[in-house]
Amino acid sequence: MRLLTHNMLLSNIKGVTNGFPLLIEVEKVIEKPVDFNPDFLKNMFLKADWKALVDASRSLGYAELPEETPESSAIDSDDFLRKFHHALLELHLEEGALVCPETERKFPVTKGIPNMLLHEDEV
Amino acid sequence: MHNRGSNKISSRIAQIRLVSSHPEVYEPCDDSFALVDALLADRSNLLEHRPTLCMEVGCGSGYVIASLALMLGEEVPGVQYIATDTNPNAVEVTRETLKAHGVHAELINTDIASGLEKRLAGLIDVMVVNPPYVPTPEDEVGRVGIASAWAGGENGRRVIDKIFPIADKLLSDRGWLYMVTLTTNNPSQICLQMREKGYASRIIVQRSTEEESLHIIKFWRDFGIKPDAKENVTVNKTAPARVLDTLLSQVHRLSLKKSGNSNSS
Repeated sequence: MRLLTHNMLLSNIKGVTNGFPLLIEVEKVIEKPVDFNPDFLKNMFLKADWKALVDASRSLGYAELPEETPESSAIDSDDFLRKFHHALLELHLEEGALVCPETERKFPVTKGIPNMLLHEDEV
Repeated sequence: MHNRGSNKISSRIAQIRLVSSHPEVYEPCDDSFALVDALLADRSNLLEHRPTLCMEVGCGSGYVIASLALMLGEEVPGVQYIATDTNPNAVEVTRETLKAHGVHAELINTDIASGLEKRLAGLIDVMVVNPPYVPTPEDEVGRVGIASAWAGGENGRRVIDKIFPIADKLLSDRGWLYMVTLTTNNPSQICLQMREKGYASRIIVQRSTEEESLHIIKFWRDFGIKPDAKENVTVNKTAPARVLDTLLSQVHRLSLKKSGNSNSS
């Protein structure tokens, strides 16, 4: 699971109002190179929740993203874009769990696939 | 401007021998092939469209999402793929299928797009769906296991009707939706209902047997249509003959081989 996906996921449990972002429990992280595409990144920069991405990347062991939300001019910097690229697309949570920030319910991540299926009482 | 020179290599799609399987996961079948054929038929439009995010709901064996990733290939740089399935075995099989073909999609084991809808709203440029469309008793819908791949309740519409509003939310302004339907699902009524939401539609592929026909329909937002405008649209149990004629006249009857190696435009 890439952090792009993590940035789009929230806890879908009934009644939860603040299910984003999911906290990450890490068991295994891998890195897989992805072709660098500035257009895609500039597009995603507008939609990404920056704080969620920074916190998530740090839980995965990558500390290069600045804490403060960058100005829109940041996307003109190749250096910045490459760090954003790495965090968003090249880090994978292979094994671990995503944790609902409100209920602490764990959604397991196995072989890079998060299981967001709800139990009957959570729907 | 379509450059014929760039089509000298036929489009790659998933190969059956590389598609993984599991007893509880729907194997690629006529409907899967028809959907991939429809995407192939629309490939030049898809390439020109340059989608950013493509999504499959109900990925099953991974045959369709892998085929989509292969056929767009490097000609659409920077595109990312997402696929979901309620069946945990299906997402695992899809993972293996994608790996065997050397392509990647982000996989999530979830019900349609549960957990993703809010943040992915308006971001999906291409969505493909081969839904459970077979008419079955209502209590067979949504059961755990392989039956969830086909059980569609009354007229086979239960899950289809659940998917449309979600697709409407996820699709971008220029989003395209490709959906597999049966005649029993009343595709002309579906198109009328979608028209009320501001979508134009076209049947891209139709495959007929003696008992049934598969219709692969493409939907897209047509900003010339006012959503919920009812002046020219009536939704009856049976579509007016003139609407049916219009839709049928747009049917492209393609005799694409199942291997999918075709350069039809």
